[in-house]
Amino acid sequence: MKKLLALLLSLVMVLSLAACGGSTDTATDDTADDAIVSDTEEADDTEEADTTEEADTTEEADTTEEADTTEDTSSSGELISVAIINNDPNESGYRTANDKDLQAMFNEENGYDAIFYYSLKNDEQIAYAQQAVQAGVDYLLLSAADVSGWDSVLKDAQNNGIQVILFDRTIDADESLYVASIVSDMAQEGETAVSWLESQGLEEYNIIHIQGVMGSAAQVGRTGALDSKVESEDSWNLVVQQTADWNAETAQQIVQSVIDSGESFNVIYAENDDMAKGAVAALDKAGISHGVGGDVIVMGFDCNAWALEELLAGNWNYDGQCNPFQAAYIDEIIKTLESGGTIEEKSIIMEEQGFDATTITQEDVDNYGI
Amino acid sequence: MEHDVVLEMRHIDKSFPGVKALQNVDFTLRKGEIHALMGENGAGKSTLIKVLTGVYSKDEGDILLEGKAVAIRSPQDAQNLGIATVYQEITLCPNLSVAENMYIGRTRGASVNWKKMNAQADKILENLDIPATGKMQLGSCSLAVQQMIAIAWAVDMDRKVLILDEPTSSLDEQEVAKLFRLMRELKERGVGIVFVTHFFDQVYEASDRITVLRDGQLVGEYLIQDLPRVQLVSKMLGKELDDQADLRGEQPRYLPEEGAAPVIEAHQLQSDAGIYPFNFYINKGEVNGFTSLLGSGRSECVRAIFGADRVIGGTVKKNGKEIKIKKPLDAMKNGIAYLSEERKADGIIGDLSVRDNIILASQVLRGFMKPYSKAEANKLADEYIELLQVKTASRDTPIKSLSGGNQQKVIVARWLLMHPEYLILDEPTRGIDVGTKQEIQKLALQLASEGMSVTFISSETDEMLHTCSRLVVMRDRKMVGELTGEELTQNKIMSTIAGDAAV
Amino acid sequence: MTRLRKIVSNQIFIPVAALLLLALFNLIADPSFYKITLDTNSAGNPVLSGYLITILDSGAELAILAIGMTLVTAASGGQDISVGAAIAISGSVMLRLLCGPDANSQTLLMPIACAFLIAMVVSMLFGAFNGILVAVFQIQPMIATLILYTAGRSIAAWINQNQLPVVVDPTFAYFGGYIPGCAVPTPFIIAVICMIIIGLVLKFTNLGLYTQCVGINERSSRLNGLNPTFIKILAFVIMGICVSVAALIKVSRISSINYSVIAQNIEMDAILAVALGGNVLSGGKFNVWGSVIGAYVIQFLTTTLFKFNVSSVALPAYKAVVVTLLVVASAPAVREKLSELSKRLKSKRSAKEVA
Repeated sequence: MKKLLALLLSLVMVLSLAACGGSTDTATDDTADDAIVSDTEEADDTEEADTTEEADTTEEADTTEEADTTEDTSSSGELISVAIINNDPNESGYRTANDKDLQAMFNEENGYDAIFYYSLKNDEQIAYAQQAVQAGVDYLLLSAADVSGWDSVLKDAQNNGIQVILFDRTIDADESLYVASIVSDMAQEGETAVSWLESQGLEEYNIIHIQGVMGSAAQVGRTGALDSKVESEDSWNLVVQQTADWNAETAQQIVQSVIDSGESFNVIYAENDDMAKGAVAALDKAGISHGVGGDVIVMGFDCNAWALEELLAGNWNYDGQCNPFQAAYIDEIIKTLESGGTIEEKSIIMEEQGFDATTITQEDVDNYGI
Repeated sequence: MEHDVVLEMRHIDKSFPGVKALQNVDFTLRKGEIHALMGENGAGKSTLIKVLTGVYSKDEGDILLEGKAVAIRSPQDAQNLGIATVYQEITLCPNLSVAENMYIGRTRGASVNWKKMNAQADKILENLDIPATGKMQLGSCSLAVQQMIAIAWAVDMDRKVLILDEPTSSLDEQEVAKLFRLMRELKERGVGIVFVTHFFDQVYEASDRITVLRDGQLVGEYLIQDLPRVQLVSKMLGKELDDQADLRGEQPRYLPEEGAAPVIEAHQLQSDAGIYPFNFYINKGEVNGFTSLLGSGRSECVRAIFGADRVIGGTVKKNGKEIKIKKPLDAMKNGIAYLSEERKADGIIGDLSVRDNIILASQVLRGFMKPYSKAEANKLADEYIELLQVKTASRDTPIKSLSGGNQQKVIVARWLLMHPEYLILDEPTRGIDVGTKQEIQKLALQLASEGMSVTFISSETDEMLHTCSRLVVMRDRKMVGELTGEELTQNKIMSTIAGDAAV
Repeated sequence: MTRLRKIVSNQIFIPVAALLLLALFNLIADPSFYKITLDTNSAGNPVLSGYLITILDSGAELAILAIGMTLVTAASGGQDISVGAAIAISGSVMLRLLCGPDANSQTLLMPIACAFLIAMVVSMLFGAFNGILVAVFQIQPMIATLILYTAGRSIAAWINQNQLPVVVDPTFAYFGGYIPGCAVPTPFIIAVICMIIIGLVLKFTNLGLYTQCVGINERSSRLNGLNPTFIKILAFVIMGICVSVAALIKVSRISSINYSVIAQNIEMDAILAVALGGNVLSGGKFNVWGSVIGAYVIQFLTTTLFKFNVSSVALPAYKAVVVTLLVVASAPAVREKLSELSKRLKSKRSAKEVA
């Protein structure tokens, strides 16, 4: 009996701690662009929100991790309910910025009743999506952890009249299953980076290629461009191609291993900033110069503010942008749909660019750093 | 060989690192006999039993069951061949019910009919007069009852060979009588019973034949009528036995100062272990004891004095001054040492070496920041191994690989090293060989003669009478009397326990 | 012959043998594995480099954690699976103190030692929390630490409000890199210091004896004047200290922290290190050095696999194979069989000689 009680207590603790952790996500600052805020006034005009559905969603919200949406639902008869399924904001600086942007847009002030779900695992995300469909939300916003496995749950959503908008990442599913996808073209990001690298005009490219989580859209896109270039050019070689799972420590170990082997290399192509940072830590340890005028070219992706600072300081050479600010785009699409409009172009590609250490300015860092 | 031989073991050898446990041992068991296996602890009885039951694999030799050579590689093999065992230490699962314990490993197929099983268990228990029901949790039964259930577990099955390894060590006399009735019944049915015990009375009461082992070798096999007790003991020890009756008389007695306060005095002491408040005192240089039937609260009394159970009332005085004992460490700091009843569960630290086990209590008293150096620890350990004649391969041997008697000596050494003023020995002689039993009794008397106060508790009234100069008698968790001087007789004790004023 | 048997039956024989086998494998496959060179790093300091140095360097955190895990295992008979999450918390506390609430301070807001000590206290408190659940509430250690395992990374994220602080000050990187003028990687130095400290503690206090007693027989320990509850909590608190030291190295390596991936699955490696070290996972007797060697076996293996360009996706699979072999080889049942086999071979041989 004593043991049982203790177990119960501990379970309660787990839950309450988990709830603590979850609710803190909502405490992030409101740092959205002005442009995004201005769009929100239209939200009040929408009257399609079904009140019974509304009640369902708030109930659902009670039982899920997010506490903020339930606070004053009594006065929110006309809110548009959205379920947002995202990757864990702790995954990377990119994701943190992305989540912040979404949180700033999808709240009651802007006429939304939003539930946020986070997971880095595809199956958990699918389970969340099923929950959201059952809760009968108006819109399902999705950044999938993996490209596959989404067909059936999206069909369910469609049958229940829920509009699906993909953001940040595409999936392998029929286009008819979603109304729009607002994505970065990862392949394009890869192309941009590879052509920048080509423009450096090295005699020989000996590349350490550090990949993200295998199978993720960012990894597939950014790897694809490099792979095809290496295949077509004799002077481009991969010294090593390894996944570090977006993890700086693993990246450091991979580069350390190449350094220890004594193989020569002159490019580090890391598929995000964290891993580039880990790689540079290994270079620094071994006394290998890098960055502008150094022996090794360092390339990263995502344009974290701190990464752009490194660029500005000349420690790195290139950082490819991956625009995390999709909230404004999504908001616009929802407004269009709510006012009876249609979306012509399903696939919306966000503008992205790459930064070169030799040309980057402080202004770029302030504007594009995330 | 005779046709009624059920089990033969021939030329059995077994050695452990550094020890030859069995050398060329023969053992023959006939149908329908009770065959006592005797020897000091460490003589190889347990090893022989474990070879027979498949716990150990023999190095050399043959085992023949009803004339056919058999290979016993595991306890399961032994069971399947019809060899059942009840071990000295209870090997049942305390957190299962009595019925579950009785039917462990015996259910055929996947499904279990609980109702039927409980009913059957109840019936068996009732037949054997065991005060338990199938649904009770085993752990909630007393030690004695647990042991009886273990026996019930074994006898319930249709067996050719039943091995009872110290089955009676935790039973009181009535319970022993029940067990013997049962053994005779099985004997009539043709079961061969191997009976290992330290109790001479029981051997002579129950057995037909005796096989004696000493130092891993066979001394001989005898019919019971051919071997008087004195001879048995001398064969076991390999020497003539001191007459126990002389034990007390030989020792010079310590004479306390006139009018000095008792070393330890408890007033209306009560613990949460379910005893009534009791008064108790012990003088300097005195050996006293608690006597009662098993489970009547004698252990609980001394545990309360030592702070082993939570004290909920009463006071304790040492040399006339009140002291606070809330936990064992408080008692130890006041010079009280307690050798606990259950050696395996409450005494030894099994995986640790003999040395660490010896220094433990003294080390704890010295403090966390003051460990003995290795050299000091070795020296102390060697000193006490020598002093108490502990038989061990080395001081680094894990205590669990020692025989029961030697483990007990190590624990005694542990407490002596603490140089206590008051030593409580709770069943120090249980389950150990006759030689060591005597040594421990002698030691208690010797320590007392040097001024230590000793409380000696034993299930064997004989031992108590030899050792103690004053006996506290308990019944049903209450103190019911105190016997000294001329009153110290077997009859008087029995009548006091029984609550009979006459005799 | 008896000396050989003595060596074989020693607790740390298996991990040492595994280490030697790995070393031998590398020697045959590529002797350059053992090349150690003295280079100059980007800060202009002489540093040693080479695979062996990398192993000593990268294995530091694991070795430190293995020390704590050994004590927890010995005292409680279970394992602490919240280590990775606790590192995330401890590292976050350090960076929160150094980088401020906005995570963007360009200068250190307090001395590193201060931040480290505070983080250590926080880790010890979390350790005590685990310890109390285990010792007072008698919850199985794995279940008890599951709480922090589940919640820890969220707590870490909350401490820095989901921001990713980056320490700009170069001195902070010393702990995961090199101290100017010292050619040995700092993590290894820190690990050695930890080993020396635990060595001294075990020699000059009764921590070892008490922990083993409590782990082997709690009831006996109590009757011998020990306080099992306190000793179990103490083991978890020491684990907390180890966690904070490991966290310092981890966050210093990249001068930043990523709550969701930092020290991921390190608890499993730490438990493995304890097991490889020949320690019984159900508690009782322990050998801290076995665990430390076990930790370096794991790192040796990881580095070897990286060297041979085994895809890090496949890495766990290779690890699993090697670990299975090691664990099976060190299982008491197998060792008994082996010694029996050797005995039989020997007796056969002697029988032949007689014939």
